[in-house]
Amino acid sequence: MKKSIVVAAVLALSLAASGALGADALKVGFVYVGPIGDHGWTYQHDQGRLAVEKALGKKVKTLYIEKVAEGPDTERAITRLARQGAGLIFTTSFGFMDPTIKVAKRFPKVKFEHATGYKRAKNVATYSSRFYEGRYVIGQIAAKLSKSGVAGYIASFPIPEVVRGINSFMLGAQSINPNFKIKTVWVNSWFDPGKEADAAKVLIGQGADIITQHTDSTAPMQIAGEKGALAFGQASDMIKFGPKTQLTAIIDDWRPYYVQRTKAVLDGSWNSTDTWGGMDTGMVGMAPYTNMPVDVAAMAKATEEKIRSGEMHTFAGPIYKQDGSLAVPKGKNLDDGTLLGMNWYIKGIDDKLPK
Amino acid sequence: MGVRLVLEKRPERSRAMQVASPLLAVALTVLFGSILFAARGFDPLHANYVYFIGPLTTLWSVEELIVKATPLVLIGAGLAICFRADLWNIGAEGQLIAGALAGASIPILAPHWDSALAIPAMLLLGMLGGMAWAAVPALLRNRFGANEILTSLMLVYVAQYLLDWLVRGPWRDPQGFNFPKSIGFNDWHLLTTFGDGRVHLGAVFAVIAVIVLAVFMSRTLLGFEIKVRGEAPRAGGFGGFSQAGTTWLCFGISGALAGLAGICEVAGPVGQLQPTISPGYGFTAIIVAFLGRLNPLGALLGGLVLAICYLGGEAAQVELSISEKTAQVFQGMLLFFILTCDTLIRCRVRLEWATRNPSRQRQFIGLEGGASRTADAGGAAQ
Repeated sequence: MKKSIVVAAVLALSLAASGALGADALKVGFVYVGPIGDHGWTYQHDQGRLAVEKALGKKVKTLYIEKVAEGPDTERAITRLARQGAGLIFTTSFGFMDPTIKVAKRFPKVKFEHATGYKRAKNVATYSSRFYEGRYVIGQIAAKLSKSGVAGYIASFPIPEVVRGINSFMLGAQSINPNFKIKTVWVNSWFDPGKEADAAKVLIGQGADIITQHTDSTAPMQIAGEKGALAFGQASDMIKFGPKTQLTAIIDDWRPYYVQRTKAVLDGSWNSTDTWGGMDTGMVGMAPYTNMPVDVAAMAKATEEKIRSGEMHTFAGPIYKQDGSLAVPKGKNLDDGTLLGMNWYIKGIDDKLPK
Repeated sequence: MGVRLVLEKRPERSRAMQVASPLLAVALTVLFGSILFAARGFDPLHANYVYFIGPLTTLWSVEELIVKATPLVLIGAGLAICFRADLWNIGAEGQLIAGALAGASIPILAPHWDSALAIPAMLLLGMLGGMAWAAVPALLRNRFGANEILTSLMLVYVAQYLLDWLVRGPWRDPQGFNFPKSIGFNDWHLLTTFGDGRVHLGAVFAVIAVIVLAVFMSRTLLGFEIKVRGEAPRAGGFGGFSQAGTTWLCFGISGALAGLAGICEVAGPVGQLQPTISPGYGFTAIIVAFLGRLNPLGALLGGLVLAICYLGGEAAQVELSISEKTAQVFQGMLLFFILTCDTLIRCRVRLEWATRNPSRQRQFIGLEGGASRTADAGGAAQ
């Protein structure tokens, strides 16, 4: 009798312990470069995390570390999540690439997903989104609405992803106004509200009346609002920060991808893949078109629809490089390989790539 | 008419309290931290466990603790000497960067020099780089009486921009997709590691530095000179001790150690140069030095405590979903309580009716030797 009570107690305790640890649930870890409250890049990834929790409920438990510096701390942050028993880890910044590969070697059973990088391994998949498709649309809007014919572009790092965005924006703008100009400021950070705000002020001071950004804070939107300029949101719908300023925003929607990949780990079908999703997969979305005339909004919607359906490619030839040489002839599209390694500007951009 | 708060030097200071002060500060931090946790709806006991004990319970996190503490201890021990001499080197962060740049010049400019001599050369250059950066405020102070707090601090920004320019310009990895990073160092240019591959030779240097400095301060005439200079500069003058000499010495030592910490970081956990190589170790080490009672041995403990604070903050994020800001709040509270405890142990607070006793002699004291500091600077300017 006594014995059985002890056994029952031990059983109950061990059950309680395993319940508390969530032994059955798959732990899914997220490493963020910014704070989840940035209302941009990291915020959207965190929306993805919440979607995983919502979709899979008790089958998963999510963990995250925010504001992880791309440097000596990255490796430890990823390792920590692996040590905590995460079976799937999303590392959501380009600069996490090498540490992700390093940690993945030491934890062969853990699956890793690295955003925007190009290094893969048996247990490391990569994924990114064709943000540039949205940039073509906003380029068109900018050219339609700008009175000065100059847009201000706040750029982060001169890596292919950012250069591609600038080119795509310009191609969109040139399709409306062949003489459109872009002024660029490189802030050399993904998230630095102070620097981004300064850049916005400088650009507006130089005659830009529309601001677009490849950085993650809402500061440029707010500055544009103060100075009476218009702006595009980045990564996330920033309309709250510029109700009279935001024209639209390119939205990164990671939710379907994160849910799908987590499901794949749960049912054992996960393997290392390279995903580059565009508007057609829903990974790139556009916020409502606001603060613009109806005809401009209609044009933007039409372009968006053409890109989504595959009717048009934003890098359709003929495209000339800055030096005048032909990059791709008429009737052809730039291939993904060239797009992924893009380190040249198209014709019409005055800026020089930082060398 | 009005009440004023007067800080009055206590006639005698309790030795026991002086030792207890950092412990008291840690205890107060934990106490107020618990209130903070409770206010956020967490069980304070569990939260404190995750924060302060958790990092010590697995071998992996102990190793990470050592990695994190290494630069803090190296820099903190050097700063302790400097502060002891009443010299305020606030620019260790810049000296760290300067050391990293000088040392990294070998793997970047001579990537094919695969020799066992490469690492010693890098370490030496790193120390020289840090020393050179620290020599500037020392020179300005000795020559012109310029305030070293300002000059050393401002040189941090110069170093940061120099690093920034190098990794975006001449030292950028040609194969790095334009990302602002240097090439990754090869095995000949990386420090030997232990255990899981994260703890590096720098940890050994930190322990050696602490022991050497402790002996230096307690057993040598130069060490005595440094202490006298801080506590009774005029007496030192009568004793024939050179003020300029100790300034050079203190800045030299702390600069060299910060430089060593810098090169150990880039040739260790980072493995390359990039725009940020330190999350502010040079500034955090100021807390380390004070937590360690401005004693090199104490800096060892201080470094470990702050490393726990940092790792605990990260663990709390994962296990309790607390914002990363908490770690920063903890660091801030710790420094605040240390300075408060120190001040209240040295001085007592008294309310005084300002107009009633105009003739009464009062002594105002700043936080750490503020009063002697002004006299000292005046002396240097003459």
